[in-house]
Amino acid sequence: MNHRFLALMGGFVVPAAVAWLSTMPVAGQARSTGARTNGSQAKAYTAPRTPDGQPDLQGIWSNTTITPLERPKNVTKEFFTAEEALEAAKRVAAEENEQTEPGTVADVHYDFTQFGLDRTQGAMALNLRTSLIYDPPDGRLPPLSAEGQRRAAERAAARKSRGGPHDAVQNEPLGSRCILMDRNGPPMLGGAYNNGYQIMQAPGYVMILTEMLHDVRIIPLDGRPHLPPNVRQWTGSYRGRWEGQTLVVETTNLTDKFAFQGASENMRLTERFTRVDEDTLRYQFTVEDPATWTKPWSAEVLWKKDIGPLFEHACHEGNYGLYNTLVGARVEEKRAAEEAAKKKSPK
Amino acid sequence: MRKWLRLAVIASLGLTLAVISAGGQTRTYRAPRTADGKPNFNGIWQALNEAYWDIEAHAAAPSPVLELGAAHAVAGGLSIIDGGTIPYKPLALAKKRENHANRLKLDPEIKCYLPGVPRANYMPYPFQVIQGPKYIMMIYTFAGAVRTIYMDEHKEAPADSWMGWSNGHWEGETLVVDTTGFNDQTWFDRAGNFHSDALHIVERYTAASPDHLQYEATIEDPNVFTRPWKISMPLYRRLEKTAQIMEFRCVEFVEELIYGHLRKKPSQ
Repeated sequence: MNHRFLALMGGFVVPAAVAWLSTMPVAGQARSTGARTNGSQAKAYTAPRTPDGQPDLQGIWSNTTITPLERPKNVTKEFFTAEEALEAAKRVAAEENEQTEPGTVADVHYDFTQFGLDRTQGAMALNLRTSLIYDPPDGRLPPLSAEGQRRAAERAAARKSRGGPHDAVQNEPLGSRCILMDRNGPPMLGGAYNNGYQIMQAPGYVMILTEMLHDVRIIPLDGRPHLPPNVRQWTGSYRGRWEGQTLVVETTNLTDKFAFQGASENMRLTERFTRVDEDTLRYQFTVEDPATWTKPWSAEVLWKKDIGPLFEHACHEGNYGLYNTLVGARVEEKRAAEEAAKKKSPK
Repeated sequence: MRKWLRLAVIASLGLTLAVISAGGQTRTYRAPRTADGKPNFNGIWQALNEAYWDIEAHAAAPSPVLELGAAHAVAGGLSIIDGGTIPYKPLALAKKRENHANRLKLDPEIKCYLPGVPRANYMPYPFQVIQGPKYIMMIYTFAGAVRTIYMDEHKEAPADSWMGWSNGHWEGETLVVDTTGFNDQTWFDRAGNFHSDALHIVERYTAASPDHLQYEATIEDPNVFTRPWKISMPLYRRLEKTAQIMEFRCVEFVEELIYGHLRKKPSQ
């Protein structure tokens, strides 16, 4: 335990934990599965309205979470108690603040804790769920459909035929290439750091700016049809509507290049944003894709009000990491070839 | 009676002419208001000119890429600059010429880099304004660039950036945006016109009719220019009911160009 961690525990986690607890429902209230569970309030909260009458979701939010998408195999219950959830948060804080061993890769990589980028220094809603997935009730992705299995095998074969992970830029992960952060989706999930979002509402639109990759979704609310089926986009075609307190966003027209959790381009995503109290937004999403899974599945993340501002994330413009990775791979190949040549004809 | 009428007509004509000649027409337009009583600039906007090729006057010219023929040839256009030309310092003018000569290698647009200001406003793609009392967002098609204009939390740029740090305020019908904190990596156009990280831009957006804004920007950079200079143009509303900012995730399109030479050689 280093001094940074002590400062963290003293200065943030404990007061923050008290704040989380005060906004959390008693676990016992939240035992039924589905939409009205985690983060629900004893007394219903009504969000303030924007001047044009939309429930007001505006502000800077963080969707940081330490809850895994799928329930770990050794966990059998759907909810932790508040005490257990808090213990888990402390454990993660301790792990993220562990002193790295000098000279290791971890040591020369970014120090997230130094810049407040780690998950436990920023705003984080305490999620009592043991997995983000709440449907199916076992908290795990449904089994792959027959087509899903076939497609997964095809994808694995295609990946293999493309060669090694650093053979060409196109073999690198989308996030490293600054094209799309896997976790920003859609659907929008948190990552290890930089989980800032800004929501703004204007008549007829909800805008969601993701700090990572300065990704913006401008969601029209006017009931216009989706893009024509031949027009596919990385983040799809998204259309929103209000159902009472809840913003419902339907996304279609995706590509197979992103393939969220292996999904096909025909994945249909329904997202629901509900402000459940002053500082908490409940984000739920349902994925339907018979080409991948035997049945639809749903997950939930709580977003917490955060302090801004968001900064410009010029990922591609400063992508020295990608360049150096590729250069490094070519240098290593050259060295290996020279070594091999030396062994062949020793002078 | 008739004489009086004729005099009145002449007098009112004279008044009208006076208003037009003073350029007062745009000033008299009052834009619809947002809920907080400010001119409502929400909408999708686009410039309609050839400044993205060269903000100075220029004749049509061939494409720098032979294979693109007429499809990517330079369209001729007139200057958007007050006074016609950019007041470069001599060394800076030499650098501009060098940029132009090497534009295929140097133009940040070709690499899908964030376009900077004011270039983002007159690229040949639409941008959307989402307006609130505290923030006004400008969301651009090209590279998905975003500007946040802070209307009440004015502060100095916390760090240099591609799109700069923008503080805004209202002057009657006009949104005034003061932007600093730029890096020195962006250009003004495809012709190599450039600036340093001392760039300071004051923009004025004024509603001139229901469907167009008058846009002006004063550009100051003592490292590169001998004096501040001004550009102006109308920005037009995209009126199609279906208008939307389409995804233009251009990083994917430039990877082979930027990193292609680092591909593993088949022989290795």
